[in-house]
Amino acid sequence: MAKVLVFAEPHGTTVKSVTFEILGKAQGHNLEVVTIGNLGAGTLQDLAKYGAQKVHTIKGKNLEKYSPEGYAEALHDFISKGNYDYVFAGATSAGKDFFPRLAGMFNSGMASDVVNFLFEGDKWYGTRPLFAGKCLAKVELQGSKPHFITIRPNALGLPSAPKSASPTTSEFSHDVTSMRAVIKEIVKGASEKLDLTEANIIVSGGRAMGNADNFKVLNQLADVIGATVGASRAAVDSGFAPHSMQVGQTGRTVSPSLYIACGISGAIQHLAGMRTSKVIVAINTDKDAPIFTKADYGIVGDLFKVVPVLTQELKNLLGK
Amino acid sequence: MNIFVCIKQVPDTETKVVPNKDGSFIETSSIKWIMNPYDEFAVEQALLVKGTNANINVTVARVGSVQSSEALRTALAMGADDAILVEAADNLDSYTTAKALKLAIEKSGKKPDLILTGKQAIDSDCLQVPQLLAQMMGLPSVSVVVGFELNGENLVLKREIEGGALEIYNVGLPCLVACGKGLNTPRYASLPGIMKAKKKPLTQHTLAALGISDADRKVKYSEFKLPPEKPAGKKFDASEEQNIGKVVKEVVTLLRNEAKVI
Repeated sequence: MAKVLVFAEPHGTTVKSVTFEILGKAQGHNLEVVTIGNLGAGTLQDLAKYGAQKVHTIKGKNLEKYSPEGYAEALHDFISKGNYDYVFAGATSAGKDFFPRLAGMFNSGMASDVVNFLFEGDKWYGTRPLFAGKCLAKVELQGSKPHFITIRPNALGLPSAPKSASPTTSEFSHDVTSMRAVIKEIVKGASEKLDLTEANIIVSGGRAMGNADNFKVLNQLADVIGATVGASRAAVDSGFAPHSMQVGQTGRTVSPSLYIACGISGAIQHLAGMRTSKVIVAINTDKDAPIFTKADYGIVGDLFKVVPVLTQELKNLLGK
Repeated sequence: MNIFVCIKQVPDTETKVVPNKDGSFIETSSIKWIMNPYDEFAVEQALLVKGTNANINVTVARVGSVQSSEALRTALAMGADDAILVEAADNLDSYTTAKALKLAIEKSGKKPDLILTGKQAIDSDCLQVPQLLAQMMGLPSVSVVVGFELNGENLVLKREIEGGALEIYNVGLPCLVACGKGLNTPRYASLPGIMKAKKKPLTQHTLAALGISDADRKVKYSEFKLPPEKPAGKKFDASEEQNIGKVVKEVVTLLRNEAKVI
């Protein structure tokens, strides 16, 4: 049995759901969770249900909010005392930012943005996309332990029937004394919705959107089905949408359950970024557009005529 | 003031990636190589800072194969002062790459006040080298930076996180900044710039000369393969307005009953 530690990133009153995906997949090993700051009783229960045998909470000075140095330093201190084989986190904004620094502090290897993994005995093997998903490769880590791994949200999926259990909890204190890069303010994004990389449903618009204002057609559809709105590079480069909305090789790589591509022709770098979506719907006037080769359901037609009808139909179905 | 910009040469985004025969990497023989798009923002940011003070030296450094040092020449043509190339295979892991960059920077004899990189390379997609390099050099780092303001020795940086939200950082020099899209608009190299670039100094090292060996590798890759192709989907014609209602109903029914995602 490998000794596995999962970093649970605080998210509102709970933790990022990728934490549960990792726990589900690493069942059968010695599983512990570490977090920074207070977790609610419900969240502790959930972590235990998904297999966490112990939940450690790190508290201390300068850990109230995220900072790459503060998080890395506190976790370095905690992990150094624990003899862990593998340390996991979600490949979220924070995970991607501080985990490499943490791995560097141990002179240890790290595998980024892994989409699947298995253990052979105590040895870990992962699969990760490269070239924005144009190809996949097997990845393994060598050299001194612990080894570090970040997991792409939504890739593993949640295990179906977690068992009921109560966690053992413990507190660990660490004061961060020297921090150079400090957050002085957080500016909220335009949308309160889930980030593209974590969204379960995405509605994306391409060059055919014509202008920024027309994205309201997609926003209306997104509101009905609880989706996050994305855009192709063509739409972003034309100024119709901000870069934070871009899906593709030079934007976000996404893997939602449902991806609805509207007026997107399907350039190779866009397809690379969304092809792992479980179900793809494409709406495009050009019946030969490359996007149709990746679509489960293709609708040849004008998005401005089709999307409003689709929105209404879904509204009726979902009773909204 | 010394600015170092670390860049990578990557296959063009339009490249069709093909795994090589033994699956140890991809076929690289017919690839068009470009400067990693995020690194262009880093080069531009360095030149914008240099534009405010003539006493700033911008060094651009790259670890990778020698088959073409196009990306370095491009950065020199844009306006960087000198370049460092560490000869290495194109499939190094992040740890080895960061270590090579650190040693090459130290070997230059110049003490970095600011290191700029792209937020990620669009080939390996690891997002590790900037933070690893900062950690190895004992520097703070801020990644995915889309806003940059330098006042004397102090930086105000905007880092983009989930949902387009921004974390605003205060950090003093020296530090490492990993740049994201939207930070600036990279300039094109001018013709005189391209001519001048040919005469600018380019120092070359091997990994061995820097004291790096295979033992430094932490991440091993194998079995490169294309992702599985999806079976052909269903296509519906809604180009005639009277069909739209019917087609949409059908697709929604399929999404609910067949795909079970709604």
